[in-house]
Amino acid sequence: MPATVGRASGDLLTTIGATPMVELRRLTPHDGVRLFGKLEGANPTGSVKDRVALAMIGSARASGTLRPGQAILEPSSGNTGISLAMIGRLLGHPVRIVLPDNTTREREQLLRLYGAQIIPSPGAEGSNGAIRMAQVLARADPSLFMPYQYGNPDNPRVHEETTGPEILEQVPEVDVFVAGLGTGGTLTGVGRVLKRARPGVKIIAVEPHPGEQVQGLRSLQEGFVPPVLDETLLDDRYLVNNRDAVVGLRRLLRDEAIFAGLSSGAAVAVAVRVAREMASGSVVVLLADGGWKYLSAELWTRELDELSDELEGSLLW
Amino acid sequence: MSTVRIPPVLRQDTDGSRTVEVTGGTVAGALDDLFAQHPALRDRVSSNGTLSEFINVYVNDRDVRYRDGLETPVGPEDTIILLPAMAGGGR
Repeated sequence: MPATVGRASGDLLTTIGATPMVELRRLTPHDGVRLFGKLEGANPTGSVKDRVALAMIGSARASGTLRPGQAILEPSSGNTGISLAMIGRLLGHPVRIVLPDNTTREREQLLRLYGAQIIPSPGAEGSNGAIRMAQVLARADPSLFMPYQYGNPDNPRVHEETTGPEILEQVPEVDVFVAGLGTGGTLTGVGRVLKRARPGVKIIAVEPHPGEQVQGLRSLQEGFVPPVLDETLLDDRYLVNNRDAVVGLRRLLRDEAIFAGLSSGAAVAVAVRVAREMASGSVVVLLADGGWKYLSAELWTRELDELSDELEGSLLW
Repeated sequence: MSTVRIPPVLRQDTDGSRTVEVTGGTVAGALDDLFAQHPALRDRVSSNGTLSEFINVYVNDRDVRYRDGLETPVGPEDTIILLPAMAGGGR
């Protein structure tokens, strides 16, 4: 039991971060290693993106870049948009999210519940397509503020100031950190902290193998390396297909009773594999979101082959 | 023979093929064979012998930049995956 919960103070925003870390004993492949999971699904909207959204909005408000009542526009396949919508509701900013039209229904529902306006982008163009559309819209309407998580230094900064130090406090002996690549903010911010404190630490990125139907690039030059990602901090980078991510997600639920999202399944698959190859040490894996926003995709219950084929054309992580 | 998987964005240069069988004991050797079979690909994914920053190369599921780069060994059972750099795995 936690020793103390403290007195109540502040609104929902004060509950962002300081997420639990649990040991994943049932997933640990052998006795020499310890495996830990950081439960970012415990944030108010159920994902690590609450940290990022609050940092970007807080710093833009403090600097005056974002004025009271000004509208916010952001490309997001779900979590960041939902975090921004929650914060916008509390702080009085209308929020518009460019959302690829092939994500799960829950994301659209949550965005609308928090009061955000959804601007659909073609799912076949993936996240890159949503980013391009948002950039065009922001240029055309200067009254909009675009936090732009892919290029905003507040994204890695919040992980450097909060997520990284939390991990060091919870697992001071950490040898390996595994997380999804995404914008690169988590790996860059946490990587900076861990490399300073423990120079031998390994930082491992996990990324989805994009399905054929969401690789809608017309040329390689439309490709995209997120500006906030510092690739020099990475020690390895794994590609995980949807099938292995689903298997990881099911093991998390079956063995550890942790109900997490698809990127967590992928990160766990890699973390277990890395742990298996280590003689000894501690591995921390960041479980970026809870499973709630994936329920309609029935990732836990459907036949794996059928599911793998269908996931090829969707954008779930 | 190793297999190279070609992403949709590059298939105009492989006559539509999704995969190409190649020989070569390293990534560099395998890519040389790929470029010999499909010469237009060379300029599309590299310049002056350096791979474009917009293309990621994996042997099976690991990015070669964090292994031995173009010298990463490739066996007959291995698959080389070429993928455009994309925003993904995040939100």
